[in-house]
Amino acid sequence: MATSPAPEASARGAMAPEPFRVVRRSRETVDTWTLELEPAGGEPIVPAPGQFTMLYAFGVGEVPISSSGDPTRPERLVHTVRAVGAVTEAICATRPGGIIGVRGPFGTAWPVAEAAGSDLVIVAGGIGLAPLRPALYATLARREAYGSVVLLVGARTPGDLLYAKQLERWRSRFDLEVGVTVDTATGDWRGRVGVVTKLVPRAGFDPESAYALVVGPELMMRYTVEALLARGMQKERIFLSMERNMRCGVGHCGHCQLGPALVCRDGPVFPLDELERLLEVREL
Amino acid sequence: MPGAPSEGDAVSVMEGSRVIGLNGLDALVGALAARGYRVVGPVLRDGAIVYDDLASADLLPAGWTEVQEPATYRLERRPDEARFGYPVGPHSWKRFLLPARIRLWQARRGDGTLAVTEEPPPEQGFAFVGARACDLHAIAVQDRVFLEGAYTDRDYAARREGAFVVAVNCSTPGGTCFCVSMGTGPKAETGFDLALTELLEGGHRFLVETGSERGAELLAELPSRPAEADDLAAAARVTDEAAARMGRQVESGDLRDLLARNLEHPRFADAAERCLTCGNCTMVCPTCFCTSVDDVNVLGEDAAERWRRWDSCFSVDYSSIHGGSVRPSSQARYRQWLTHKFGTWVDQFGTSGCVGCGRCITWCPVGIDVTEELAAIRSSDGEVNRANA
Amino acid sequence: MQTLDQVVAEIPFFAGMQPQHIELIAGCAKNVRFQPGETLFREGKPADAFYLVRRGSVTLETFVPARGAVKIETVEPGEIVGWSWLFPPYRWHFDARADELVRATSFDGACLRGKCEADPALGYELMSRFAQVLIDRLQATRFQLLDVYGHLPRA
Repeated sequence: MATSPAPEASARGAMAPEPFRVVRRSRETVDTWTLELEPAGGEPIVPAPGQFTMLYAFGVGEVPISSSGDPTRPERLVHTVRAVGAVTEAICATRPGGIIGVRGPFGTAWPVAEAAGSDLVIVAGGIGLAPLRPALYATLARREAYGSVVLLVGARTPGDLLYAKQLERWRSRFDLEVGVTVDTATGDWRGRVGVVTKLVPRAGFDPESAYALVVGPELMMRYTVEALLARGMQKERIFLSMERNMRCGVGHCGHCQLGPALVCRDGPVFPLDELERLLEVREL
Repeated sequence: MPGAPSEGDAVSVMEGSRVIGLNGLDALVGALAARGYRVVGPVLRDGAIVYDDLASADLLPAGWTEVQEPATYRLERRPDEARFGYPVGPHSWKRFLLPARIRLWQARRGDGTLAVTEEPPPEQGFAFVGARACDLHAIAVQDRVFLEGAYTDRDYAARREGAFVVAVNCSTPGGTCFCVSMGTGPKAETGFDLALTELLEGGHRFLVETGSERGAELLAELPSRPAEADDLAAAARVTDEAAARMGRQVESGDLRDLLARNLEHPRFADAAERCLTCGNCTMVCPTCFCTSVDDVNVLGEDAAERWRRWDSCFSVDYSSIHGGSVRPSSQARYRQWLTHKFGTWVDQFGTSGCVGCGRCITWCPVGIDVTEELAAIRSSDGEVNRANA
Repeated sequence: MQTLDQVVAEIPFFAGMQPQHIELIAGCAKNVRFQPGETLFREGKPADAFYLVRRGSVTLETFVPARGAVKIETVEPGEIVGWSWLFPPYRWHFDARADELVRATSFDGACLRGKCEADPALGYELMSRFAQVLIDRLQATRFQLLDVYGHLPRA
């Protein structure tokens, strides 16, 4: 079961953002930035791995963004954001010292504690690595509690890989299997080329007991799930993170419905056995 | 549930029932205003009976009724002077509890911080006069969304708290009513401070039942006499006759499961050929609660505001994420509304979202009838649209 | 040191084949090695072999004007490289380059085609295995084509 940490009571209404200051801004790819935030006078907001916050760009708007930070370092709120519209562009353009409004954390979390004692497979497609990174941090912080840990990363081109330096460091660990592949590459790419699902059959994990966390474009998640099931994984142990339009994050605006679920409240992390039927129906 | 009278603290409904006349009705409205409530109730405007400020009982649409059918609404004169002789019009109480457009907060930027000032709720509490059983259920349905989840909507809670409710038991259901099928009427059982049943034969009067202590207190100030057996019998007849004259009916017992297993039913494609996705149904529906927010800059200042407004799942960009809308087709959007209202609402909030008021049928410009759509799905349960499969 | 027969028999791609077919195939096989960066074959050149990668990985590339050499696919140990030998005009469609030290078994195309003509049962066995490879590759290629991570139009 995906866990849902209890919301904190607040004197402030659920729709009013808290001010946070950007302390670090780094560019990941041509259109993606990672911002590190600290509270500008209030309490820290500490999302559990898999949870999201609503980020507000002054006068422009608000968007739900998954947390990408290290849960063992709660003083920093970290978000990796892809600039695809007016709000995300404004957020990505905020330089250190600038203020961003934050509400949250909201939603369900990755089953990091539940997976202890088993193998863990993390499959990230494109920007999907951003909401998965906190789960990897949490796992590595208690590495001895898990069996084999496998990270599979797919991206469009080498230039689209997130956290490139970190990926290198992770690859050099002896207790973590890292597979990276890109859809196409030119020139000096020395790594694998091909779809990320191709990495699944050979990855070192025991499908009968392993947990899998998968995030990426919906199509990539579907194909990855097929590959994981083909290896014999159990549906209750495969978790996806779903994306839907959100206007409030607190279960009041109705926009994030996915069949019987409200993604802001019952997700964004869902086990596959709950999602499967819903993913089969087009335009649900 | 803040403010709403519950069965636990209700004075026994039959004991303490009194009867008031038209002067008592006047006095009721006056007493509510004297207590500082903003009294709202049914008034005539623009060819319809809408909910608006009720300065006195004289403004009630005496002698009027509504004729309602799919895509049809018109007023007609009654042969009597009944004050509440009509079903429900295009408005519901959500226009006061969940206003169509409000400012949530203002923000100023400066000094390395963001100062957010939330909008205070209205100072004056509401008194709803003439709330029907279906609408009381609708309020309870919205209470579940805004008050009983992990987060409370403070504006809704403030408006809801202390809202004084004078219910009216329907005497004249409309051609699109189906509260009986949904188990929500025609008699108001709970959720009111006072409930009136208008009686015309044997003298124009109102049986008044109390539903709370403050309801009983207000009643005690009005000119009234104890209810007699005749009055109680007449009131029961009003309710029985109303229940027998429902315009529509629907088999409602297992709708959640029926819809969950028929998501690819061809009826949705059929409905899509008629549906304009205009969203009228969502505007008039007393339980539809979807909203959106607008973040705006204040011209000339380093200030911004967030406003909340009604939204509808029928608009294409309601479900838009990066890359496009999740429900681009009108078929998908019609399905979303129908299956949410009657099906997944149960999963999300523990009750059906429909209270059988019939407004969506009346106000649909092409007359789509939800009871018909549901019956059609039920009659070919399990059929799959080959074009989509 | 294993004989070629033994080597071929152990290759998962040929699993389930009759011993006499294995022998026929082994007759067309030889072990080969490629240094890191060495080319297995070049686009456009005559294609008269296919390779079974045993150790190391191979990258398929194609030259796109103004983009240079674009890498299309990485072939891993246990996988087959090359099907252009199956049908005329028997010319390679891609470049294949060894990423690292590669040990492979190469199979002579003309030799195999001759034996398949003589023994249709062998031909059927080979064809059905190649068909599976092609199907998997097609699925993967279509997935790549969908460009799911792509840069979509601005919202």
